[in-house]
Amino acid sequence: MTTSNKSDGPAPGHTRMGMEVSHAAARAVQQCNVDVVAAYPITPQTHIVERLSELVANGEMNAEFVPVESEHSAMSVCVGSSATGARTFTCTSSQGLILMSEVVYITSAMRLPVVMILANRSLSGPLSIWADHSDVMSVRDCGWIQTFAENGQEVYDLTFHAYKVAENRDILHPIMLNLDGFHLTHVVEPIDICDQSIIDKYLPEYEPLFQLHPDKPVTMGAYGVPELFTEAKKNQDEALKAAYPHILEAWKEWGDLTGRYYKPVETYKAEGAKTLFLTMGSIGETASVAVDGMQERGEDVGLVKLRLWRPFPFDEVRKALAGADNVIVLDRALSFGGPGGPVSSEIRATLYGLDHAPTVYDYVVGLAGRDVKVDDFEKIANDVRSGKARKGQDEYVIYAARE
Amino acid sequence: MSANPDVVMGVEVENPVMPYLRQDRLPHIWCPGCGIGTTVNCFARALTECGLDLDQTAIVSGIGCTGRVAGYLDLDSFHTTHGRAIPFATGLKVGNPDLKVVVYSGDGDLTAIGGNHFVHAARRNMDLLCICVNNFTYGMTGGQCTPTSPVGAKQTTMPYGNFEHPFNLPHLADACGAVYVARWTVYHVKQLTRAMKEGLNKKGFAFIEVLSPCPTLYSRRNRLGDGVDQVKYYKERSKINNDVDTKDLSLEFQGDITVGKFVDRERETWLDAMNNRFTSVIGDKYEPYGVTNGEK
Repeated sequence: MTTSNKSDGPAPGHTRMGMEVSHAAARAVQQCNVDVVAAYPITPQTHIVERLSELVANGEMNAEFVPVESEHSAMSVCVGSSATGARTFTCTSSQGLILMSEVVYITSAMRLPVVMILANRSLSGPLSIWADHSDVMSVRDCGWIQTFAENGQEVYDLTFHAYKVAENRDILHPIMLNLDGFHLTHVVEPIDICDQSIIDKYLPEYEPLFQLHPDKPVTMGAYGVPELFTEAKKNQDEALKAAYPHILEAWKEWGDLTGRYYKPVETYKAEGAKTLFLTMGSIGETASVAVDGMQERGEDVGLVKLRLWRPFPFDEVRKALAGADNVIVLDRALSFGGPGGPVSSEIRATLYGLDHAPTVYDYVVGLAGRDVKVDDFEKIANDVRSGKARKGQDEYVIYAARE
Repeated sequence: MSANPDVVMGVEVENPVMPYLRQDRLPHIWCPGCGIGTTVNCFARALTECGLDLDQTAIVSGIGCTGRVAGYLDLDSFHTTHGRAIPFATGLKVGNPDLKVVVYSGDGDLTAIGGNHFVHAARRNMDLLCICVNNFTYGMTGGQCTPTSPVGAKQTTMPYGNFEHPFNLPHLADACGAVYVARWTVYHVKQLTRAMKEGLNKKGFAFIEVLSPCPTLYSRRNRLGDGVDQVKYYKERSKINNDVDTKDLSLEFQGDITVGKFVDRERETWLDAMNNRFTSVIGDKYEPYGVTNGEK
């Protein structure tokens, strides 16, 4: 995120408040005038849903809240309500996501603009409630637009962006907004809350293109015979890729309204740096502190942060990384028996065949909430600089794992 | 009472349930005033009295506060994913019919996310003892509304009181075909221990609902006092009635509670039904499954 307005106080129409990031997310959902919320409790997503149920019960949000009996039902309710044309929201984590994953794929195939906040948490087993990206990577290919937030303000802002993009008639795709469990969901941050007038300017009322309505019957979820299935999937893939310019346009519009601009690939002190870190999610903030310190000591490092995971921003990634010698990808998930972390494997694929392509180092860090601290970035940079790091095309390091 | 529970009136005594617990896992995670530990105590005593071979007894839990029980009991145990205790247990039972398999989980796990499995295990009369500790809330995730939350009870997702109609779990189990159905509270430790013992020795799907306080989330949010206050409520408002039709059981918010053993009947288990069906069709060519040592 880049902010053009660096003044001390909030601009007119903005209120700066300290609040738990989960409550900021709920506030954004409330301001989006969502019609239906269906969710099942799972740590660390619960505070978002609890706050929404309070807002609904207080009459502060004109919506239905359905306390369903499982995540499979949560996403199924979302498909139903979205199919009628209602603006729909759900929220889950980890096991909840993989339980609902059957319907996650249906949602995107039916082009229903559901918005889901995913409080990232590791998948069992062993049983764990702490943050990593193994949950979202399990549905990497589900056809949803997938964005990552780095702090509370981004969670708040990206929620509006999600509805703006999802419901655009040229897009009509569900969106999954990722935030790291506990590291973001359970912390209190200063959040710039926009007046409703700003939101109303940004996010129009949802006017569904297709909806289940008795006056004009349609069939949704019909059988796709082999003669049609391939074309249906090709259309879906093309539509997801075609969403890309609209995603950028919606960020620009948000920036023009609020002064907070977003890009699919964010860079921090990256220009001309020979060694670049590449992160996704909340560890980007820690990485930026690490880069500050290392640059002060004269080290040639910078930071690139991936915000848009699907559709994958190939050109921006190439542009951000092309001039570097080394790219250190920090993955928060593993592909067992495969190329290490899912992010690094996509980065390697993106850079493959480029002249003077940088060497990609893959470090799997922060599994199940293990702290990734400033000095961890320094140690990793040292390993790379001293030639100790493994740099084969399919090599990866599970960082700081005890033998 | 002595400060050291192992020394009573100057005499060292061993707590009779300690051999049934994984003592290296203690202290447990349950809050002060929680009733789950009391149910575990009753269960351990039932194990001492049931006469089963504990090397042939397995316990399966789902996710949640009660889901931790499987980890504290020194039996072969399985801590499954949320809601899946019953199908895991079904796999254990049909894979090794010699096992006595116990499902021990909470109301959220067994009747919400795993509710589908509950009705089908009862329908099939799968040979399992299913103990449901009902504290009316999802304790582990912070006190949300479950399918057993009484109408009017405040929960984090029902800030002005629940408006959804809850399950009457004994009636549900009865209607689906369970062969043994009882409800007790953590006040009724003697009756609960006896029910667990009967359940352990019952062939077929046996179901015991145990009402248990959650002082941290349910009681606090509803201003019901601490764990002791809830046990006093159980004592004062519980009425034992073994002959009542399960559809007429009382369990309103802080109202009368009907407790008792409501169903105790015989019905073909799933394995028996399979063996009988195939034997009747194929005759001697069919070798009945799992009857070498008899189904326990």
